[in-house]
Amino acid sequence: MFQKPISTLALAAALGLGLVQAADAEALLRSGLQQEPTTLDPTSDATASIAGMLGQNVYESLTTVDESGAVLPQLAESWDVSEDGLTYTFHLADGVAFHDGTVFDAEDVKFTFDRAMAEDSVNPAKRYFSVIDSVEVIDPLTVKMTLKQPDAFFLFNVAQGSASIVAPESVEADKTAPVGTGPFRFDGWTRGDRLKLVRNDDHRNAGAVALDRIEFRFVADPASATAALMAGEIDAYPGFGAPEMLPQFEADPRFKVSVGSTEGEVILAMNNSKAPFTDQRVREAVNHALDRAEIIDGAMYGRAVPIGSFYPPHGPAYVDLTNRWPHDTAKAKALFEEAGIAGDTLTIRVPPFAYATRSAEIIQAELAEAGIDARVETVEWGFWLDEVYKKQNYDMTIIAHTSPNDLGNFAKGPDYFYGYYNEDFDRLWNAITVESDEAKRNELEREAQQFLADSAVMGFLFQLPKLSVVRADVTGLWGNSPVTFQPLADVRIGSDM
Amino acid sequence: MSLFLLRRTGGLLLTLLAISVVVFAVMNVLPGDPALTILGIDATEDARIALRTQLGLDDPAPVRYIQWIAGIVRGDFGTSYSFGVPVAGLIAERLPLTLSLALSGTCLTLVIALAAGLYAASRHGRTGDWAVMILSQLGIAIPAFWLAILLVLLFAVTLRWLPPGGFPGWSDPTGSLRSLVLPTIALAAVQGAVLARVTRSSALEVMRLDFVRTARATGLSPARVLWRHVLPNALVPVITIVGMQFAGVVTGTIVIENVFYLPGLGRLIFQSISNRDIITVQALVLMVAAVVVLANFTVDIAYALIDPRLKARLA
Repeated sequence: MFQKPISTLALAAALGLGLVQAADAEALLRSGLQQEPTTLDPTSDATASIAGMLGQNVYESLTTVDESGAVLPQLAESWDVSEDGLTYTFHLADGVAFHDGTVFDAEDVKFTFDRAMAEDSVNPAKRYFSVIDSVEVIDPLTVKMTLKQPDAFFLFNVAQGSASIVAPESVEADKTAPVGTGPFRFDGWTRGDRLKLVRNDDHRNAGAVALDRIEFRFVADPASATAALMAGEIDAYPGFGAPEMLPQFEADPRFKVSVGSTEGEVILAMNNSKAPFTDQRVREAVNHALDRAEIIDGAMYGRAVPIGSFYPPHGPAYVDLTNRWPHDTAKAKALFEEAGIAGDTLTIRVPPFAYATRSAEIIQAELAEAGIDARVETVEWGFWLDEVYKKQNYDMTIIAHTSPNDLGNFAKGPDYFYGYYNEDFDRLWNAITVESDEAKRNELEREAQQFLADSAVMGFLFQLPKLSVVRADVTGLWGNSPVTFQPLADVRIGSDM
Repeated sequence: MSLFLLRRTGGLLLTLLAISVVVFAVMNVLPGDPALTILGIDATEDARIALRTQLGLDDPAPVRYIQWIAGIVRGDFGTSYSFGVPVAGLIAERLPLTLSLALSGTCLTLVIALAAGLYAASRHGRTGDWAVMILSQLGIAIPAFWLAILLVLLFAVTLRWLPPGGFPGWSDPTGSLRSLVLPTIALAAVQGAVLARVTRSSALEVMRLDFVRTARATGLSPARVLWRHVLPNALVPVITIVGMQFAGVVTGTIVIENVFYLPGLGRLIFQSISNRDIITVQALVLMVAAVVVLANFTVDIAYALIDPRLKARLA
């Protein structure tokens, strides 16, 4: 009976196992990520994980946003806003350098914004910049921006990854070797495997940064991610995709689990420009048929907050409208009959995301009870973008809208995939964007939420949660995602806190 | 033999050309727009139009096809729409891993199949035979990704002998080899099970032939009969299946690379299709097709080497 342990050891030795791990003085954070980007320039590619890894870490913007969503200074140390809300004067931080050694100054800001605003710009958030009329360099540390109309979200928007400050010297290479001014510098990317960052010792706050190195590992499959966490191969997985796996981690003292908020409203979109959804009775009927508690239990294992309109429950202007069209199958049935579509077949065309496909199956059953034969068609993402989003070729779909301040989606006109157009709402949204007084703006936003709920434009389902599984001794990662980026300068591992 | 090679090479090129037309046509009628997947759902229409122009997607399809083929003839596979770097480079950085995985998977498949198949044949009708038959049936029934997850749970999570996935890069040879152990096993187990059954039945057929009885009658040991006389004659169908399976191994790596999050071609194909990175998908599919066609070609040559009758016919 002695052979067995011996052969096990021999095997272990043969495989070159480090049974005793060397004490590692270096603070390395290995963070798992579901989505791997194809380029690393957030000013020309919308992939959320680019800003997710690099925003405020490698790249910096004029402003930044904290975990509560409040705007804070970043490359701009302060700013003045004119009385009419049309002129922003940014005072830039002094002595800042890009990672390649070139000096950061007002010319870089002008270059960045002019590039994003240009006619041939491919910035994925071009809309943010369309409000800017001109960018003027006053002196090397002062930039003046003139807006075409006041924009209440301007300072928030310039914090985003799409407004990362880039330098004319390095912008061409940013797609594969990003150069910014942030607390970490890019240290290599093995496509399909990992992306590495190291601390930027020349950063103005370098002394406060605890991590020496960061490795983002691309582990898309939730089962593989679970194994990687369990085996100690990764330290954190913010944005974990499988709510069904959470109890396993909650029961394990090696991990911390958090269920935070995001800006992602999950909706059952109905094609408002296409029969039968041009009929408000049909849209009301669909809303009555929905049982949000059942959908959240089934699709998200109970880890989500229901919504009744298009606004996140943690936001300052939130109104609870989840009971605007209470779950009532009999009423739904009656309305479908009244509209003359009882027994008809409708299609729910969903993208291949777990929250969408799982919700679709439950909604299918709920609609069946109300007398509608719903077909669920799971389509691949590229197909969804083309057929549903671009060509409006769908009856219903399920999608999370993850941008902040996106009530304006309903003011994008009939060509947007909702097929929704309402002059009153357009006016309301316009009033929101130009209102600089926060209390008044919140009031208008409440009105807008009520408006959308009253018109039963969509089936508003739930707020997408941010699920994170993190090693117990890692601190400083955000539980909530008010924006796509996650600053890592404050993250610490173990006892060095 | 040289005429045979020439004919086969010509056929190979024609096959690849036909495949290129089909791949290009399919990728271009598939709903989807690379500019849309890159810029996302909040982008403005004019940003999308600007990007389409930048990517050269404004040209009509036939023009793009001719440009693509002309490029390939010069050895230029074009620039990836989504990565923005040359496709050839993207493939080159992933190919070694996928090829290593496919080759090690095939080798292990052969080892499993020959050992188990010959063992079962030699124990025909007895317990050993039954055990192999049951195990191989199980191997065929289990999906490779599920076996992969089980292997990870046992060897990476519980025993911690091997990493659960990932790839440290070739600069770390030991780490690289360790990363490939579980994927190779997951890949080979299913293929090995199929092949073991083929080996067994092929060996049984040969064992019934007169020359084997004669060999036994001369007093050779059973092992020597098996290795020297049965195996070489049982190999032709085995090699045929290995050739056919090689295509399966190459596509099987797509699943296995996802489970073990390995940076190989499989994940690149997967990612490029969802990104509608048409030009990269075209190159990848063409390359996989070329590998499969070449594998079949190699099998044909291998027949000639193991079967003197075929060699004579070819000469």
